[in-house]
Amino acid sequence: MSNTDLKVKVWRGAEQGEFVEYLVPRNPNQTVLDVVTHIQRKIDPTLSYRFACRVGMCGSCAMTVNGVARWTCRTHVSKIVEGDSLEIAPLNNLPVIKDLATDMREFFNKWKGAVGFFKGNQTRHDDFAKVEPQSEERQLANAGIECIGCGVCYASCEVVESRPNYLGPAALNRAWTLTNDVRDVQQLDRLRAVAGDAGCHACHSHGSCTERCPNALSPTASISGLKKLVARAAVRGSKWGKL
Amino acid sequence: MSQAVLQAKLWYAQRISAMVLGICVAIHLGIIFYAIRGGLTAQEILGRTQGNLGFAIFYEIFVLACFVHAPIGVANILQETMPQVGMTKPVSWLLALLILILGTTAVIGLYTGGAI
Amino acid sequence: MSSRPTLDYRAKSHLSYFAYACHRFSGLLLACFIPLHFLMLSQSLRGAEGFEASLKLTDFWVFKFGEWFLVILLAIHLTGGIRLLMMEFGSWRGLRKGWIQASVLCSMVCGIVFLYFAN
Repeated sequence: MSNTDLKVKVWRGAEQGEFVEYLVPRNPNQTVLDVVTHIQRKIDPTLSYRFACRVGMCGSCAMTVNGVARWTCRTHVSKIVEGDSLEIAPLNNLPVIKDLATDMREFFNKWKGAVGFFKGNQTRHDDFAKVEPQSEERQLANAGIECIGCGVCYASCEVVESRPNYLGPAALNRAWTLTNDVRDVQQLDRLRAVAGDAGCHACHSHGSCTERCPNALSPTASISGLKKLVARAAVRGSKWGKL
Repeated sequence: MSQAVLQAKLWYAQRISAMVLGICVAIHLGIIFYAIRGGLTAQEILGRTQGNLGFAIFYEIFVLACFVHAPIGVANILQETMPQVGMTKPVSWLLALLILILGTTAVIGLYTGGAI
Repeated sequence: MSSRPTLDYRAKSHLSYFAYACHRFSGLLLACFIPLHFLMLSQSLRGAEGFEASLKLTDFWVFKFGEWFLVILLAIHLTGGIRLLMMEFGSWRGLRKGWIQASVLCSMVCGIVFLYFAN
C-alpha cells in the first residue's frame, strides 16, 4: 500500500470555476466521501458538499468521480483511483449551486411532472386495498420502487443532457411503478404526462442509467414498459381512457 | 393528432417496420452470400429477378419497410443533435421520398429488366 | 476560469453505450447508402447492357471495400436491432449484454463469409 498523498482535483465555483488540486493522505479503506470530508475539515473549510447517512442509504453524497456519477460514501478510493489522482466534480445535468452541491429542484420537479406521486380514492374508513403480491403488476412495480432519488441516473443520461425537457430516467421509472399500482387513480394523466417529446419515447436505450444505478434498478426496463403502454394507448386506447 | 400521440405512433411504426426488416434483411444477407459467389454480373442478377413476381413482392415489402423505418430513425438523430436548426422534418421527408421512389423504381426495373 | 465539466467519454465507457453508438452509426450510414443503392439498381431499367455498364463502374477497389463494409454495418444494425426489440418487447432480462457479444461475433462472421464468397 503506497503512502504517497492522493492528488485530488475538486471543482470549485459554480457553472464557471476551476479544478483545484489538494493533497490528501492516503488511508486503507478510504472512501471518496472521506477524501472530500478531509479536504473540508483539514485543508479548505470553504468547500461545499452534501452528505447525510454516509452508509449508502440516502443518496445525498452523489457526485461525479473520475467522470462517472457515483455515491461517494460507497466508492472506495482504491477501486477507482488513477495512479494517485482523483477528479471530483458535481453531478452532471444539474445546475451547480456551489462546488460539489447541485440544485436538485429540476430533478424533483420532473418527478412531479411525470405524475410520479401516488393518489388513491380510498379513505381510512374503507377496508384495506387487496393487492396480490405475486400479481404481474405488483412484481413489475416492486422491481422499481427502491429508488431513493439520488440523481445518479439523471446525471448519467445523454438524453437529459441534449433535451432539457426530458423527464429523465428516475421520474419515468417512478411513473412506471405507479402505472402498475392498481390503487392509483391518476393513470390517464400519468400516461399523458409521460408521452410526447419530453417523455418516454425520447429514451434511446443507451443504458447508462441502468449501468450506474447504485441500487441496481433498471430505468431502461421501466421506460421500455412505458413506451409499449403509451404506444398501445395511442393506437388502441388504454383501459383508463383515450390518450 | 397531438404531439404525444404522433410520437407514440412513430415509435410503434418504427418498431413494427424493424421487425419486418429483421426478417427481410436476414433473407437478403442470405441472398447476397449466394449471389456473389464467383462474381456478380448484370446478366446473373436479371436472370434471377426478371419476371420473378415472388422476388418483386418481397423486395417491394422491403422497400416499404425501409421507407417507414429509416426516416423515423434519422428524424430521431436530427432532433437530438440539432433541434434548433429545424431540419428534422424536411430531411426525413426527403429521405422517405427518395427511398420510396428510387426503391420502387429499382424493383420495377429488376422485374421488367428494362423491357417496358 | 472555465465551464463546469460535462458528460465525457468516461461516463460513456460501458458496453451498452457502445452497442447504442454502433447501432446509431451503422443506421445513419445505411440510411445514406440506401438511396444510392436503389439508384444503382434502378439502372436495370436500361436493360441488361445498360445495367452491366453501370455495374462496371463499381469495379474499383474502393467500391468493393465499401460493399464489404456495408455488409458488416448491416449485420451490426440487424443484430443490434434485434437486441433492442428484445429489450423493449421481450420480458426484462437486463441490458442483454450477451447479445452484444453475439452481435459483434455475428458481424465478424458475416464479413468473413462475404470475403470468402466474393473471392
